[in-house]
Formats: sequence, C-alpha cells, structure tokens
Amino acid sequence: MKKESYLLPLLLILIWQGLSSLYWIPDYKLPSPIAILLGLKDLLWIGMPPGNLLHKHVLYSLYRVGLGYGVAALLAIPLGLLMGWSPRIRRMINPLIELVRPIPPLAWIPIAIVWFGIGIQSAAFIIFLGAFFPILLNTIAGVLSINPILVEAARTLHATEKKIFLKVLLPGSIPSIFVGMRIGIGIGWMTLVAAEFTGVKEGYGVGYMIMTARDIQRPDQILAGMLVIGLIGLLINAGLRTFESRVLRWRG
Amino acid sequence: MGLEILGLSKTFSGGSRGESVHVLDQLQHRIDNGRFVSLIGPSGCGKTTLLRIIAGLEKASVGKVLLDGKEMVRGSEDVGMVFQEYALFPWRTTLQNIEMGLEIRGMDKVRRRSIAMEYIKTFDLNGFEHRYPRELSGGMKQRVAIARTLVMNPRVVLMDEPFGSLDSQTRNAMQEFLLKIWLKRGDTIIFVTHNVEEAVFLSDEIVVLSRRPARMLERIEVAFPRPRDRTGEVCNHIRRDILKILEEEMKREEVRDEDHWNRLQSP
Repeated sequence: MKKESYLLPLLLILIWQGLSSLYWIPDYKLPSPIAILLGLKDLLWIGMPPGNLLHKHVLYSLYRVGLGYGVAALLAIPLGLLMGWSPRIRRMINPLIELVRPIPPLAWIPIAIVWFGIGIQSAAFIIFLGAFFPILLNTIAGVLSINPILVEAARTLHATEKKIFLKVLLPGSIPSIFVGMRIGIGIGWMTLVAAEFTGVKEGYGVGYMIMTARDIQRPDQILAGMLVIGLIGLLINAGLRTFESRVLRWRG
Repeated sequence: MGLEILGLSKTFSGGSRGESVHVLDQLQHRIDNGRFVSLIGPSGCGKTTLLRIIAGLEKASVGKVLLDGKEMVRGSEDVGMVFQEYALFPWRTTLQNIEMGLEIRGMDKVRRRSIAMEYIKTFDLNGFEHRYPRELSGGMKQRVAIARTLVMNPRVVLMDEPFGSLDSQTRNAMQEFLLKIWLKRGDTIIFVTHNVEEAVFLSDEIVVLSRRPARMLERIEVAFPRPRDRTGEVCNHIRRDILKILEEEMKREEVRDEDHWNRLQSP
C-alpha cells in the first residue's frame, strides 16, 4: 500500500485519541483507541465472559461461516453452471430465486431457530443464505459471458456436451465465480455476527462475545470485537484475492 | 472421391420481425480431395453459413453434404474448423490449446504432449508453449488456432476468413506459411475470404457466390504454378475477372433493390 493509504486513518486515530485524552469524548460512549487496544488485550488474555478467550470465539465464528459458506458454494456453483448452460433450467428455477433472494438473510433467523434450534446449524443456515445468492448469480453470469464461439470451437474439436461443460463452461466462468465467492464471503461474514447476536449454544462466537460485552457495559471490548471482525474480513478477502490472482494468471 | 455439396439450401426462420431469411439457395458443388478451394462473395452472403453447415454447427434446411460418398454426421472427426477470431481458449496456454482436441479424444498426457510439441516446432511457436493467448500476437494466435485444428488430422479443413483481422504484412506471411503446411500435408481446404488477392494467391479453385441468398455464380480454376507472384500478370488478370463478376453482382442487386423501393413507393 502507498503512503497516502495510511495517512488519513492514522490522522483520524490521533485526533480521536487527543479528544479522548482531553475528555471531550465521554469514555463510556466511545473509548479512546488506547482503551480499545487494552480491551483487546483483555479479550485475548482474560476473555469475555472471563475464561472464554478471543481466539476460541474467532474459531467458532469461522467454523460457522466455513460450514454455511462451504455448503453455499458447493450448491451454488454447480447449480449456477447448469442454469447458465441451459435456458430451460434457468427459466424453471429463476422465478423461485427471484422470490427468495430479496428476503434478507436475517429475516430467516426466527424460522431458522424454529427449524434448527439455537446452535451451529441455525447460524450456518443464515450464512448459507447470505452467501448462496451472490455465488449463484455470478456463476450464471460467468457462463453467459463466455464467448459462444469458444463453445463452437470445442464442438469442432468433437467435444461432447459433458466435455464442453467441464472444459469450456467451467474454466470460462471461474473469474466470475471468484467475484461471487468474494461477495458471498463478505455477506456471510456480516450476517454471521448478527446471527450470533440471537444467541449461541456453545458460548463462543465473536458476535456473542460482543453482546456479552454490552451486557456488562464494556464499550472498549465491544469496539475491540468490532475491530476483530473487520480485521478478519480484511484477511479473508486478501487471502481470496491472492488465491484468485494465482488461479487466474491467464487473465493478466 | 471428395466433398460433395448436394442441393444445399438454408433458411433461418424467426428474424427480428418473424420473417424468414433465405441464406443459401440450392448450392451444388464438388470438391476433390486435397484441393485448396476459396469461397468468395459479398459480405453477408452466407459463406460462413455454408462452412458452418459443413462443420456440423448448423443444419441444412434442404440438401446434404457427402464426404467420399457418405453423408457427414454431426461432430464427425473428418472436418476441422479455423475461426476468424482465433477462438482460442484464453485460460489455456499455447500448448494446452493445441492439445485440447487430443485431450477431448481421451489421449494420454504423454502422447498428446509430444504430438503438440511437434506442432509447436512446425508452427514456429518455440518459446511460447507456456504463454497464454493474451500474450501472443495476432499472427501467432492464428498459428495456434490452425495447429489446434490440424493436430486432429481432419480430412477437410474449413477456414472462415482466418486472416481477416491481421495487418497486411502478417497476412501475407500467414498465407505463405499456410501454403507451405498445406503442400506438405495435402488436406482439403475450404477457405472463406472476401479478399480477392488472397484467394488468387492461395487457391486451386475459386468459387464466387452471389449476394443473399447465395447461389454459385462462377467457378474459376487457378491452374498456374506456385509460388505465385501476387502482383504478377496472371494474378492480376484473374483478380480483374473476379472483381468484375462481383461488381456486376452488386449492380444487379442495386437494381433489384430499387425495383423493390419503387414498388413500395407506388400506391
């Protein structure tokens, strides 16, 4: 990153810290950056609630996201390829998707709890819903964006429909699939925290941790928890981008 | 023995306003094995449609295509096609593009690699085996595309304006290169172009098609020996003949269009 990318955030944090030190910002509403870092330290070593350490919260959250997101990708990519490939299948399934898609994932929480109870399945289901549609729609768009002449070229090389599917449609739509996967993980990660607000059985999860911190009035730890959410989101996105640029070397 | 086009007609139904478009009109022709035949005609006349029917990408409305007396089936290994826009798979390297057909055929990796490497050598692509299409020049891309088709050893090679988007110097070089390869291999080539010079320089025979719906206007034997001088007496003579045929064809159509216009105007 360039110098100017750091400059503005750094300046804002300094001003924030300065205002806090002068007591112009009340600590119980917005703790200072230093207080937040100390809160983060407490989360790491003492835990919230005490004994439940940060890294376990993170691991449980990642596990829920991994499950919901994994199932979403596993279903959305093949379905998207099929829908992109066959106009008939697309016409058949599209109305259903257009009906379900606008329902916010969080609106599913009550029914998810009825179906799965409070626990990992409920949370994973909410994340699944958040990640599924972006992956699906981008996979369809990816197939549709493939130049038809490539399909014809494969046909003149005597490819069967199955070979065309595997050797043209799949590799050709991978750039778009990646876009969907990145949007999907973003939405999945966002919905996770909200899903955890409604309660978790295991006693772990970043969202759950933040709600506990609120219950005992620790705004420093609430903000430290938010910071952790942001950082993990950043890392996931960076990881996906690196993987993507490695797989998509052909695109330059 | 050869390729026979028997009473081939093609009508596309359902244009933008539901009218049907008559593209090919009872084409009848015979191409002996091992000949280099160019199809030339006004743009949009249906040359490409004819190639696509022979390639099995499109179905004829009436008529059929025979190869050595047998009707060609869709997806037959006897035909290969080279497209104008290269149609290389952008996610595959030069080597992988050339291997694609063999891979589809189910040939094992070691064998198809060694065959593809031979083509890399013949097609002067050394050092670019592991490059992606976006890293290649236009001429190189088209060499890869031709290699990808020829590696399958088709008996009939269809080429749809393969050099149409190349600059003229590269185009000349590619023509000479194609001749060299063809003289060695002796496949049948059906070559669509709208460049008269190109057709005269390359072909054993030139078929001139009319405007849509395409009919056969003229069949010209180009019998003089290769290598040919593009700007020589004989080439220019044949070029003049073909240009005249094409020009007259365009005029005829203009008259017809005018008639049509007059008819529309009169109450």
